Amino acid sequence: MSPGLYIHVPFCRSKCPYCAFYSVPSAVPVPIWFKGIRKETLLYKGRFDRFDSLYLGGGTPTSLDDRTLAGLIDHIFSHLDFAVDTEFTIEANPCDLSEEKLRLLRDRGCNRVNLGVQSFDDRALAFLGRSHSAEDAKTALTRLRRFGFDNVGVDLIYSLPGQPLETWLHTLNRALSFQPEHISCYELTLEKGTVFAGLHEKGKIQPLSEADMRSYYLATAQRLVESGYIHYEVSNFARNEACCSRHNQKYWQRVPYLGLGPSAHSFDGNERWWNVRSIRQYGADLDNGRLPVEGRETLTGEQVRLETLSLGFRTREGVVLRQVASVPESWDVLSRMETAGLVKVREGRIIPTEEGFLVADHLPLYFS
Amino acid sequence: MDHIRNFSIIAHIDHGKSTLADRLIQATGLVEERDFRDQILDTMEIERERGITIKSQAITLPYVDRQGRSFELNLIDTPGHVDFSYEVSRALASCEGVLLLVDAAQGVEAQTVANAYAAMEHDLEIIPVINKIDLPSADIERVKEEIEIELGLDSDHAILCSAKEGTGIEDVLEAVANRIPPPAGPVEGPLKALIFDAHYDPFRGTIVSCRLFSGIVRAGDRIRLMHNRAVYKVEEVGLFRLSREPKKELSAGEVGYIISGIKTVSDTRIGDTITLENDPAPAPLPGFKEVKPVVFASIYPVSSDDYRSLADSLEKYKLNDAALMFQKDSSAALGLGFRCGFLGLLHLEIVQERLEREFDQSIIMTSPTVQYRFVLSNGEEITVDNPVYYPDPATILKGMEPYIRAGIMIPERYMGAVMDLCLERRGVNAQFNYPTPGRIEIRFDMPLAEVIYDFYDSLKTVTQGYGSFDYDLLDYRDSDLVKLDILLNGERVDALSQIVYRESARPRALNACEKLKEEIPRHMFKIAVQGAIGGTIIARSTISPFRKDVTAKCYGGDITRKRKLLEKQKKGKKRMKMVGSVAIPQSAFVAVLKTDKKGS
Repeated sequence: MSPGLYIHVPFCRSKCPYCAFYSVPSAVPVPIWFKGIRKETLLYKGRFDRFDSLYLGGGTPTSLDDRTLAGLIDHIFSHLDFAVDTEFTIEANPCDLSEEKLRLLRDRGCNRVNLGVQSFDDRALAFLGRSHSAEDAKTALTRLRRFGFDNVGVDLIYSLPGQPLETWLHTLNRALSFQPEHISCYELTLEKGTVFAGLHEKGKIQPLSEADMRSYYLATAQRLVESGYIHYEVSNFARNEACCSRHNQKYWQRVPYLGLGPSAHSFDGNERWWNVRSIRQYGADLDNGRLPVEGRETLTGEQVRLETLSLGFRTREGVVLRQVASVPESWDVLSRMETAGLVKVREGRIIPTEEGFLVADHLPLYFS
Repeated sequence: MDHIRNFSIIAHIDHGKSTLADRLIQATGLVEERDFRDQILDTMEIERERGITIKSQAITLPYVDRQGRSFELNLIDTPGHVDFSYEVSRALASCEGVLLLVDAAQGVEAQTVANAYAAMEHDLEIIPVINKIDLPSADIERVKEEIEIELGLDSDHAILCSAKEGTGIEDVLEAVANRIPPPAGPVEGPLKALIFDAHYDPFRGTIVSCRLFSGIVRAGDRIRLMHNRAVYKVEEVGLFRLSREPKKELSAGEVGYIISGIKTVSDTRIGDTITLENDPAPAPLPGFKEVKPVVFASIYPVSSDDYRSLADSLEKYKLNDAALMFQKDSSAALGLGFRCGFLGLLHLEIVQERLEREFDQSIIMTSPTVQYRFVLSNGEEITVDNPVYYPDPATILKGMEPYIRAGIMIPERYMGAVMDLCLERRGVNAQFNYPTPGRIEIRFDMPLAEVIYDFYDSLKTVTQGYGSFDYDLLDYRDSDLVKLDILLNGERVDALSQIVYRESARPRALNACEKLKEEIPRHMFKIAVQGAIGGTIIARSTISPFRKDVTAKCYGGDITRKRKLLEKQKKGKKRMKMVGSVAIPQSAFVAVLKTDKKGS
């Protein structure tokens, strides 16, 4: 399978209190970063096969000014090799999608927009520290359709502290009314180092109970599946097969990908490596003609197996039986899992059920 | 012989014994300041960490007193814990005097009393030393009063010092030289040397520490260990300095070492008498006792592949610890392992820690038990130190369990709480002493099994750390004993069984079920934890299955982070023992003996 290209744009207008991705709330270092990206691109020229997906993520890629954004895309396409039908996704903030920017993106081949809606409830948006309103999201979605974007994804966050289930289902229904091709529903996770994690430690916010999280999750999956969406990964739903994110599936299927930009991770099918986080360090390394790589690892056979299990159990593809055959207890475990309704065995694969998705982090441990 | 002084330092735990020993060594110039590692006598890492001396050792210190006379001061270190009271008694038997160290803030405590009495029994010169006088909470007058009243010692000549700050150290050395009598005992006459310690050296075999009471021993002599009846040829004798210092001979009154090709420490007996084969003493020195283990538990390798390696480690460990007993054992739940006997709970913990740290063994230790006796209907009396061998209840005429005499010293305000605790622990025959105003000494007869059941920690909790504790073994007494089994999902886990007093069975079972619920991680299925006597379930708890643990976002391309977390969990899981379909962590096997005694 063809590799994917990821570009990390580490800039945001402000930091959201739940987000642990690397970004800075300032546009000042953009030139350093942009210069770095251009150099890094050249260093990887010819080192990967032809890409068939491009993903601009962050951070907030749409926060880049139009000139930089256009320059970035042009640079990438002129120095790296892409398939004709490349899936080109950009993560977007509803406030950023001016008509000029949409035109710029459309003209440069961007065919998939993933919109950070998060919620259609203004109170929830305020809690999440988002600068846009539900109305802004609606405007952005309408405008995207008007500009002919026929592959639009909506990102939502649920299981907020104190959020009633009805409020969340209302958000979900609003999202469905726009008939997006793709919906990601992320349960709120209190990531270490975030503002929310700090508030949780001080007892200022209380996550939902395990039982509540279960029912939110199951209600979400049920609502989306009833509406015809395919639940193809723990948090991801697509309107049809063609709408599943080609790029993201590469991560889960251990297909090679190149990540450019600070803190980006790469995988060439054998080795993994990851870049330094700091923009300054990133720029300095590249100025000195060095790859800004912070660490590398090559996995042992058993590590590959463990990784294959942990990624596989998060998707509806599951895991091929051969991957667990080396562990003698597997057959016993498997029959108990089937009885408990966590997995089904179909055509030589172990496929997690909705209940299985709910404990996907644990499933690999039973086969190792 | 006039220039020799043999002495020990005795104290309650934490009163600063090791620090004082260090200062004495420093002050006599045996070691350069820059070479000095704190607490030289406590050489083992665990000793250093816990601040206790496990094995006694000796050191010979050169000293010139204020009048210009030269001395050799033999400091014989003693273990500071009740588990090792016999070793203490042999060390004391090798001395003419002791420094009785008392913390200026804490005052006289249970082990101070027990140690002082032990020294009196050996007719030793006792020099009270009040330590930690630099503490703001020091109350020297009160401590002096306690020394007078509780110990009946003259406190006028008590020495004040702060080992930590180095004050009063010179006074201590002067007192050792001038107040402790020199050893008596004829250089002529047959050799009598008391073994008070032995340790293993990988190059030389067993190094015996001894005190000579009469005669002379030289390299080349053939010696006989009188209780063992074994004969060895002496390779080397000498003094303990910082390292061993060979000497032509050791003579009566001296303390030193003998190397004579003894292979393991277990071939010697602490308290045994060494004499010459061709000129034997008519009788050994008094006070010899065969040390017997009183607490028993099984040790299993976490991974059954490591059985061989565990066996090797135990063999090696035993080279240096004659008190540890072990034999093969097997469990349906845990596979092949060893049944071990220990001198007490501290000894057990030390063995466990050293096996893990120094021998790199990953082990599961089952809950400790005492040695029970049963009289059966066919008239036979059997001894049971492993719940697995609890006899068919229909055949039991009566059961018996070992009792101790506990001594507890506390500030008066905790009396109610401590009484409650002791009565709850089946304490009988209470006696009270009021040594000084505000303090009380309680003595109880109590089953040893109750001491094993988390007694120290409970006592510490109810007395907020002010209670001190000491015990002596008494005798066996009749007791109604049953076997409490633990079942996980209906499967009996033999390694979790306990023999318990019938009336305590239900609370014990409830506690065990609750503890296991805390210790055993949730599984993907429900786990029923049950406590049973025979076929009757008397307690139960349920470990609910985990039903949600997935992280929403698999971080972009950062698969590494996720995999590392998984590897860590996997490693944790490898350290658990699979019993049927249930993974039990190591900690669960001893947790069943922990209580949740809350402070009052």
